[in-house]
Parts: sequence; structure tokens; C-alpha cells
Amino acid sequence: MTEPAIVADGLVKSFGAIEAVKDVSFEVPEGKVLGLLGPNGAGKTTAVRMLTTLVRPDAGTARVLGVDVRKNAQRVRASIGLAGQYAAVDENLTGRENLALVGRLTHLSGDEITRRSEHLLEQFALSHAADRVSRTYSGGMRRRLDLAAALVHQPPVLFLDEPTTGLDPQGRNDLWGVIQALVDGGTTVLLTTQYLEEADTLADNIVVIDHGAVIAEGTATQLKERLGATVVEIGFRDDDATVRALVLLAAIGSVTRDGKLVRVSVPGGEGPRAMLDAVRLLDAEHLDPTTMMVREPTLDDVFLELTGHTTVDADDGDES
Amino acid sequence: MTTTVSAPTPLSARVYRGHAVGDAITMAWRNLLNIRRNPQLLVFATVQPVIFVVMFRYVFGGAIQGSLPAGQSYINYLMPGVFVQTIVFGALTTAVGLADDLSKGLIDRFRSLPMARSAVLVGRTLADLVRNFFVLILVCTVGFIVGWTIETNVWGLVGAFGIILAFAYSLSWLFAIVGLSVKDGETAQAVSFPILAVLVFASSAFVPVATMPSWLQPWARNQPVSVVIDAARVLTIGGPTREYVIKSILWIVAIVAVCAPIAVARYRKVT
Repeated sequence: MTEPAIVADGLVKSFGAIEAVKDVSFEVPEGKVLGLLGPNGAGKTTAVRMLTTLVRPDAGTARVLGVDVRKNAQRVRASIGLAGQYAAVDENLTGRENLALVGRLTHLSGDEITRRSEHLLEQFALSHAADRVSRTYSGGMRRRLDLAAALVHQPPVLFLDEPTTGLDPQGRNDLWGVIQALVDGGTTVLLTTQYLEEADTLADNIVVIDHGAVIAEGTATQLKERLGATVVEIGFRDDDATVRALVLLAAIGSVTRDGKLVRVSVPGGEGPRAMLDAVRLLDAEHLDPTTMMVREPTLDDVFLELTGHTTVDADDGDES
Repeated sequence: MTTTVSAPTPLSARVYRGHAVGDAITMAWRNLLNIRRNPQLLVFATVQPVIFVVMFRYVFGGAIQGSLPAGQSYINYLMPGVFVQTIVFGALTTAVGLADDLSKGLIDRFRSLPMARSAVLVGRTLADLVRNFFVLILVCTVGFIVGWTIETNVWGLVGAFGIILAFAYSLSWLFAIVGLSVKDGETAQAVSFPILAVLVFASSAFVPVATMPSWLQPWARNQPVSVVIDAARVLTIGGPTREYVIKSILWIVAIVAVCAPIAVARYRKVT
């Protein structure tokens, strides 16, 4: 099969005057993980909602396993699982009942429901709480139950909309382990996230979107390479010093400013050399930095470079 | 945590037709489990009607008695009104329940599953029908305790309950539209209340329509709540039943015919 598991081609969606998604295209090959990365309000959730048949695109096409989401929504629904940023479980049902509910609504036999539920409860470390109402679960447990519910009918394609938002580091690590196991098992995953670390850890390929449009695409490594391999980061005491340093340091590499921090991007391997140059230049002007360090760029730098703002720089919510 | 080894294939790669009934039953099961897990809600649902029974029977009853036909007992006049106002206010739970499902993301989950598009709403309204049945039984018991008597026969009572429950079911569809149009349960409650108040208080529920101002009387006499109450009255007190029963059925059918398609359309498009 040559058709990728997920295809988004020129998707557009507006809500009234708000253009949530202006032009989004990407593909996810079977068995791979795509990280859809962007800040709040970038259009990630809307893109996922179009691919999962919840919202009709205004223009463009979306296919899952070769099936058009507009023309044959029910067939798409049979082969996808969706877990969202809100743990969509029924609080008054037990963990086991929540899984049975999805099993029945996907028309599995009673035996299949029992077998799948047992397996998932065990896999997601929920067996001990299987017969408690999910209202009593911790945030991490609910999120795991939500993900388990998305997997009852063994969908080959999984959509995860900010799966770890709001979880503590332990809960996030647990969930990463579970997602990795699914991917190892051959599931195709589209994952949206605001966390660069998450995309870096889980995704084979990353699509960066901002204000409803794709602004970059590639593997984590490719995205980092695109921007010069090394960053020299120098902090200053006040704005005046920062501005003066910004002008000086432009001689060494491309500079960006973030508050009282100046970042100088230089080609890979030239970090120490650039550091030395920076020290000479600053010393000659009697500019005393508060911090100085050389580091390999994170995806955060990529994002800053591409969008002009960091990922924490949230505009409107995306929680429609 | 264990690892799956083989690439998954969907267990349910079937064509999804003819699941409308099964899916609706599944959804009703889920909603009834919710009621069973919160039995206090059923009890609270009966507190207000019980207060009304006691208050109207013992506080206002004497004053209203004078405007009733001679020989008509007020409690027998009152009870059908209380039943209907109970299920009308109960229709709020349909709106609140759906709005809660929506705000908690459950509707998104259901809409992403290969289930019948009608099942969430049919299951919800069916579960609310069962709930209304139990609430009516409780209110009925209180009525008997304070001296309510059925002046016709047991079939009159069964007929009255049948019409009241069918009316309750039709209102669930009206309030499903409200539930799918607001952002959460609290808003659903706030939006529904004025609609309910107009339906219940400008009706023949507690006082005869003849005592109301003349501009209000045409509405109060023919609006669905009054018509259903009047049907329940003739069925439990006596008198010619045909007109009120037919009018009630027409109202019930009309409300479902108009509201159900709108509610399902809203459900499909809700974001």
C-alpha cells in the first residue's frame, strides 16, 4: 500500500470571521508518528477535528487509510481512535464500563469487549481501579482511561490531541511509554502538542503550524540543522546593555533577542570560537554579561526562529 | 505495561448500518447507569413537586376552591397539574445532561465513533423517559397520602400517565435542542427556566384558566401543558375525554416532528 495512512491536502476551515486553518497539508506514512507542533490557537485542534470527521473542512481533502473523511465518514470512524485534551470519559461509569461503552458503540461482540477491556486495563495499569467510578481517578488515570477508550476497537490510526497537557512529569512519562508501545505495535499516530520535547521524543516527523498554516516540516534533526547547529546565549543586566550587545554580536552570527537574553546562531561546531569572539567584543566595550553559554539548539529555538515568538506566547485559545 | 506485537487491524471493519436501535439502547443504558449512580437526583426531582402538592393543597387550596365547579375536590384537580409540571421541569435534565456531555468532550468521543447519528439523542431521551416514570410514581404516592382519589377507574389513570409520559418524551426533544445550543449545564439551566416557567404557570396546572386575564386565556387554554393537564384531569376525574386526548396527541406528535430533526441536525453540526 503506497497511500499514506493520513493525508491532509490543502485543508481550510473558518468559524465565522476566524480563519482557524488557512492551508494545512501533510502526510503520515503507515506506522509512523507525526507531531503537529504549534502554540495555542495555531489551528492544531481544528486540523485534528477535520481529520476525525468532527468538523467538515471548508476546502481541501482529508483521507484516512485512503478513505475520504467527507464522503465516507462512518468508515473513517471505524478505523480511527481519538483521545483529546479533555479526558472524555463518563465520570459516573467505572473504568470497565467506560471501555464497554465504546466497545458496544463500535459493535464488538461481548467476548471481544471483555477481552479487549481486560487487556487495556492491564496495559494502562488501571486493573486495580477497573470497578471504581472514574470520578475518583487521578488526572493521569483519567487520561490513561481516555486513551484506552480510544483503543477498544484496535484502530490502526490514532489521533492524540495534546495527550499530556496538564499532566505532571511522571504522568507524562507514563503516557509517553504507552504511546511508544502502540507505535512499536504498528499504529499510525498523529499527535498535536505544544511541547517541543514531546514532539522530539515521540515523533518521526514534525509539522510546525502557526496561525493556521504550515511553516516548517521535517524530522527534529532536519529542523535543527535548518537553523545553524549552535547557539551562543548571553544574558545581560539591563535593556541598554542588551541592545548594545545585540549590535556588537551581529558581527559573529545571526542574532535574536528575547528579553535581556541575546542568542547568536552560528554554524555547527563553531560554538567555542563564537564564544571567544563574543567575550573579546563585549570586553572591549565593557559590557558584563550575567550568563553565557553554548548550546545545541532545541526545537524551542526552531520555533522562535520560524515564528518570531516562543511556544508559550499564547494567543487565543484553541479549545473549541 | 505490555506491548502489542502485531500491527492492529480494526476489530470492527464492518459496514455500519442497522445499528440505530442497538446504539440507542447502549446510550440509554449509559444514561440510566448515571441516574443509578446518583439516586439523590431522583429524590431531589421529587422534592419540589411534593412541596407544591403540600403548599397548594393546604395553603392556596382553600382560596382556589371557590373558583372550581361546585363539588370538585381541589386535590383531585391539583394532582394532574403537579404531575405535568413535574415532568416539564424534569425536561431540564435532558438539556443539562446533553450540555454537560458536550462540555466534557463526551459528545466528541461519540461523534468520532462509527455509531448511529441518532443514538446519543434517542438514548438520552429514552433514559429521561424511564427517569420520569419513576419520579411520577413517587409523586403519585405522595398524592395518595394527602388524599388524592381517582374518580374514574384504573384505566383512566393508566391513560393519563401514558399521555403525560409521551408528552414528557416530546419535551425532551425540545430541550435537547437547548442542550446542544449552549456551552455547559449551568447555561442550559438558565436558558431553560424561563421557557419552563411560561409553560407551567400560564397554564391550567394550579388554577382554572377562567380566573386569568382575558388576553392570557387563549394561550393558557390551548398551550400544550394545559391541554395535557386537562386530558389527565378528564381521565382521572371524569367527563368527555375525546377532545383533550386528541389535542394532546396532536401537540405531542407536532413537538417531536419539529424538534427531533432539528436536534439531530444540531448534533451532527455541533462543534
